[in-house]
Amino acid sequence: MNERQDWALEVEDLTVAYADKPVLWDIDLQVPEGVKMAIIGPNGAGKSTLVKAAMGLVKPVAGEVRIFGRSRERAEGQIAYVPQRATLSWDFPTDVIDVVTMGTYGRVGWFRRCGSAEKEEAMAALEQVGMTDFARRPIAALSGGQQQRVLLARALVQDAPIYILDEPFQGVDAPTERAIIEVLDELADIGKTIIVVHHDLQTITEYFNAVLLLNVRAIDSGLVEEVFTEENLRLTFGGRVGVLAASGAGGL
Amino acid sequence: MNPELQIVLIAVVTAVAAALPGTYLVLRRTALVSDAISHAILPGIVVAFFLTHDLNSPLLLVAAAATGVLTVFLIESLLRSRLVPEDASIGLVFPALFSIGVILISRYAGDVHLDTDSVLLGELALAPFDQMVIGGAELGPRALWTMGTILLLNLLLIGLAWKELKLATIDPGLAALLGFSPVAIHYSLMAMVSITAVGAFDAVGSILVVALMIAPPATAYLVVDRFAPMLWVGAAVAATSAILGYALAFALDVSIAGSMAAACGILFTVALLVAPRRGLVAQARRRSSQRLELGVRMLLVHLLHHQETESEAEECQVPSLHRHLRWSEARTRQVVREAEARELVSRAGDLLYATSEGGSLADVAVVGESE
Amino acid sequence: MDLFGDYTLRLVALGSAVLGATSGALGSFAYLRRQSLLGDAVSHAALPGIVLAFMLTGSKAPLVLMLGAGLAGWIGTLAVQVVVRRSRVPYDSALGIVLAVFFGVGLVLLTHIQKLPNAAQAGLESFLFGQAASLLRRDVVTMAVLGAAALVILLLLWKEFKVLSFDPDFAAGLGLPVRRLDGVLTLLLVVAIIIGLQTVGVVLMSAMIVAPGAAARQWSRRLAPMVAMAAAIGIFSGVTGSIFSSYLPRLPTGPTIVLVLSAIFVISLFMAPHRGLLWRSLRFGVLRTAPDLDPVLMHLYALSHQHPDDPEHGHSVAVIRTMSPPEAKVDAALERLADRGLAQRTAVGGWAPTPIGRREAQRILDREAGEGS
Repeated sequence: MNERQDWALEVEDLTVAYADKPVLWDIDLQVPEGVKMAIIGPNGAGKSTLVKAAMGLVKPVAGEVRIFGRSRERAEGQIAYVPQRATLSWDFPTDVIDVVTMGTYGRVGWFRRCGSAEKEEAMAALEQVGMTDFARRPIAALSGGQQQRVLLARALVQDAPIYILDEPFQGVDAPTERAIIEVLDELADIGKTIIVVHHDLQTITEYFNAVLLLNVRAIDSGLVEEVFTEENLRLTFGGRVGVLAASGAGGL
Repeated sequence: MNPELQIVLIAVVTAVAAALPGTYLVLRRTALVSDAISHAILPGIVVAFFLTHDLNSPLLLVAAAATGVLTVFLIESLLRSRLVPEDASIGLVFPALFSIGVILISRYAGDVHLDTDSVLLGELALAPFDQMVIGGAELGPRALWTMGTILLLNLLLIGLAWKELKLATIDPGLAALLGFSPVAIHYSLMAMVSITAVGAFDAVGSILVVALMIAPPATAYLVVDRFAPMLWVGAAVAATSAILGYALAFALDVSIAGSMAAACGILFTVALLVAPRRGLVAQARRRSSQRLELGVRMLLVHLLHHQETESEAEECQVPSLHRHLRWSEARTRQVVREAEARELVSRAGDLLYATSEGGSLADVAVVGESE
Repeated sequence: MDLFGDYTLRLVALGSAVLGATSGALGSFAYLRRQSLLGDAVSHAALPGIVLAFMLTGSKAPLVLMLGAGLAGWIGTLAVQVVVRRSRVPYDSALGIVLAVFFGVGLVLLTHIQKLPNAAQAGLESFLFGQAASLLRRDVVTMAVLGAAALVILLLLWKEFKVLSFDPDFAAGLGLPVRRLDGVLTLLLVVAIIIGLQTVGVVLMSAMIVAPGAAARQWSRRLAPMVAMAAAIGIFSGVTGSIFSSYLPRLPTGPTIVLVLSAIFVISLFMAPHRGLLWRSLRFGVLRTAPDLDPVLMHLYALSHQHPDDPEHGHSVAVIRTMSPPEAKVDAALERLADRGLAQRTAVGGWAPTPIGRREAQRILDREAGEGS
């Protein structure tokens, strides 16, 4: 069958190597619109690399990423990205509302300033994550959970169809985690596609309806109830995964 | 001793004396402290000069060492305040001190030969005219005596504190644990740098000091793997730069200090290009053979992945292979040829299959990388 | 007193003001991106460019020389990138090598042309050491035009540069051409540097880049005020330094400007609100004389130790009240601590110390225990 259904995100035969050492091998993945998918795997499995390849931040040595059927280069503004908190310099002189407004820069365009419309959108996003009181707070004074919420608000403001979050629950307190999950649920309800690099296996079934198990190879992907099995977990986290042992079937 | 030989000797001794402490600076990632110190010690020299009125007094060396240590102390204080990052701390302290030095000279010593030009640039060619005279006998250029002594002092310090300096450089945490005071080691290293810098001012100027402290050790860093060889190779490269630089300056009739710095750059660039294993040429060669190897493995993994599945006919077909892997047709052909030559794949009609050797190679490839 | 009656002084002050504005503004970005010492390397690397430009064109027109300087400085930054990306030589060593080697090559060229019968090459050295007194009108005009152009580009691309400096990955995700933006910003920094070489010289240029931004950072919490203040500090130092240097004998302009700048920086370090060192010790003083704040902070800190994995775990006001003497006004104290950024409300209505608050509490503990930390 040759029909090309428009998956929200489609990865085909993707291989990424750093200094000729492969960190992602021949990844196939189809993510339909509207799912909440977790990407799990041990350290060094290439989870962040897969995300960066989807964002176009790293170049693959083979394979392709397609967003809604279009190639990565022509899919600008389709993905709202929430990077790992630790990668940012939080002592930058700026406040919360300023950071959130950065999410509108792609829309505002070159050479123009952000106006009151953008500020309003930023405040609305802050309201969704419960941080309106902190709008003028310098980001250096934020706690970990507050930082995460600010980054999420920045992504919300982009109003993109796809959200990719890299370890958003790392080092945040329980109330923040709950708040974030609520926002993600709301987004999924209105048809957004959510992809999260996740580290806590206990919460997979509760938070997500789809999962990709990754360890340099795509071990399996699909609905949580079908694919999140002990066998697959053993294959993913157990260390050695031979080519022939992995089923590698993608899609839902 | 003819003047040329004197100059070359001074140059070589200076170069080696500088490269030794420079090795530690490069490894500790504080290379630019050499730039900072060699400029910031100016006020110290000036004050010492005011006290002694003698450009050749050893007090100048002491004052320089003290100012160098003060410079480092100020930088560290800024760092400790947590209000300024490290690179900015360096860039704030030394210009202020240098400015104080320049102003002192300009206001109070304008008529004496203490010239900012020579501080920056030095004039090695004049060195033979400044002989060390003891008891009426000319014993060689003073610069040679000064730098020679400094070289010996540096060697002495390195020899005496060999394991402390080495450990503090390579593993500061462990050094602190073992009781080697990192502060003492740090400051004695800085004192060494300061003394070397001021000793070299007269002859080669502060910029060349920076070149000699950083470039030869960095060159050695590209070529050797262990610490002691890095010191000796660095010293050798420094000496070679000195000789090469002097030869260039002699041939082209230009600044000796500048030529020596340029020679440091030439040697560094050569190492950058042709160092075994680390050089750019070696990297490029490795990359192209690795790319082919990687391509073969990727082909095998792709074939194994898709053969005996529904998409086999589509994915393993030779003509359409390049589309799936997103390679150019030329590259696909090259990889397939290599794989066939090594009997890792076999053809059946239009389809490509991995042989059993190919299968085990793919297995090893993935298992090996995913650890 | 007609301060600016003197024509030379007017020129020098104007040139220094232009220098101060551009290096302050663009240096702020270098400061934030941890590229403070790149300025030092670029200014040294510019020398061969200046000499070559003269050798190739025979002209000492400021634009020609500055173009040569800029090109050489730009190539220097590329060389640093190549070394850092393709070898294991660390960044600071790469800067040092480029700095010293390029400068050495420049020296070679300089001494080469000094031998030539043509005496026109005199004055190239003013680029090395900064002889502000030798500034001509055309020099200042060139500086002003280049500086204005650089600032205009900075303003046009303001938000792009801001997001690039703060979060380059996110910027790439927005679709911004990160590599090219980075190149443009570095180029603007190179322009700012070559504008200043004639006035303050190679060695001191580093301070012109770093100090205004470093000083301004102490006072401001957002980017636009910081950059504006840095430019203002730069202008002020430039003009004041020029005036001092003109009216006091034998005071060279470049070093005077740098000393004024350094003094402003030191004052900022001590006096700035919320961050400054004097403020910190004053705050301790205020806290000590306001016995209701110190203990509340310490209670919060002690409570936070019960949940080391969950720094945001709040404790209710009631708990803190039980730990405090009955007459203590705990609610007000918590509000004042929050104002100073030492405490924060948690999501469930409790209170917890902020990271800054934890640091301050630890400092109080360390001081009371009698040892520094």
